[in-house]
Amino acid sequence: MEIEFRSLSKQFEDHKDVLLPMDFAGDVHALAVIGPSGGGKSTLLRILGGLIAPTAGQVWIGGEKVCYEGAAVEAHRKKIGYVFQLGGLFKHMSAIDNIVTPLIRVHGFSKEQARARADELLGRFGLLTEANKKPAALSGGQQQRVAIARAISAKPKLLLLDEPTSALDPEYTTEVLGIIRELKEERLDFVIVTHEMGFARHACEKVLFLAEGQLLEYGDSDTIFQQPATYKLRSFLGKLLEWNI
Amino acid sequence: MLIGFVWLSLTKAGVPLDFSFLKDFSKRLGDGFWLTVALSLASLACSLLIGVACAAGQSAKILPLRYLCNIYVGLIRGTPLIMQIYLFFYIVGTAWGIENRFAAGVIILSVFEGAYITEIIRGSLLSIEAAQIEAAKAVGFTGRQTVRYVVLPQMVARTLPALTGQFASIIKDSSLLSIIAVTELTQTIREISATNFRLFECYFTLGVLYLCLTLPISFVSKWLERRYDYGN
Repeated sequence: MEIEFRSLSKQFEDHKDVLLPMDFAGDVHALAVIGPSGGGKSTLLRILGGLIAPTAGQVWIGGEKVCYEGAAVEAHRKKIGYVFQLGGLFKHMSAIDNIVTPLIRVHGFSKEQARARADELLGRFGLLTEANKKPAALSGGQQQRVAIARAISAKPKLLLLDEPTSALDPEYTTEVLGIIRELKEERLDFVIVTHEMGFARHACEKVLFLAEGQLLEYGDSDTIFQQPATYKLRSFLGKLLEWNI
Repeated sequence: MLIGFVWLSLTKAGVPLDFSFLKDFSKRLGDGFWLTVALSLASLACSLLIGVACAAGQSAKILPLRYLCNIYVGLIRGTPLIMQIYLFFYIVGTAWGIENRFAAGVIILSVFEGAYITEIIRGSLLSIEAAQIEAAKAVGFTGRQTVRYVVLPQMVARTLPALTGQFASIIKDSSLLSIIAVTELTQTIREISATNFRLFECYFTLGVLYLCLTLPISFVSKWLERRYDYGN
């Protein structure tokens, strides 16, 4: 999936620059966005997903220019799967309704088709027995698996994952990352914002490093981790690896 | 325990209770009871409309409308119902020729309860997390679908138990309409007690009849709270 953005920047209402003007073009299959907190990673992902509009610049995904207004942005969101940190499931709906409702209302599935697709995904992720539970009755790992099932249910052209494991215990983190790796093997293109450096290095082909709103490095994951070119990336990786066993 | 304590106090005070007069007034009591129910239901419907409109006004982009709604809520919640009843009935009612006491009662109660319902609805609206709205966008819902499938169900779940509780308040507050001679339950009891001087028996009866209305509502409110508790 070709992703390209030119002169992309984002400034919030308090005039704080979250993203400084940046350019990028790359064929993304499994891309990890890494960097210190507050560096603009989630903002970049939300712009790609059409959830917020950039202050300036243009974005192309798969050769199509993303328009951030009206029906065009709604059409764009339909083609993207999005997984949030935690709490992205609709709290008043059961796990299965979280998947079925958008399939019927947004993607035009019939009830039977939507139910069959939801059953297929819940079964695959080991959640069939939890299908009728509300999110609050599911563990963090189960919630994220349902969120991933919902995000991929309509076969999106690109999956965006915003720190999907940062609120999870280590055992649930492994479980969720395992699923994302499986999806990669099925050739589902994704961009993941993550603090799991092991996953970024070994499961993602490319890594993009963002710090203080600037796109500082992009390249093959091995190169990024073995030969960081900027001081900021070296310092960031150094801090993360300080307590590695 | 409370009933036992009251009973003990009555015995100690040497007040004999005789409820035999009730059967003679059963029709009047029935009429007063059903008028209270009708007043409360009509007021609930009207105050709900006022509450929804005012809560929408409070979050409107038009500043004067927002201020107007805030002033309404502040004035009504900050003054006693008895004052509002007198002012409305004798000044506004007279000026605009509202002579039907039932209609006047419904208007007064609706305006009063509408301010409280506004706050209930506003609270529910504010309690919907931004993350839920963002998730609705992310799955591709349009603005209308977001309201239909995310905002409204969550608001109903949060509003319904409180609204049911407010209905119990409306029933109790309707008793104050007796001061403008609306012959609802309290006024009926006042009239009966004025003829037979059985004040204690009359007011015990009044309490029991109000409890017949408010206790089931309180149970329904609790049930709704459990039914719609999805782990907020």
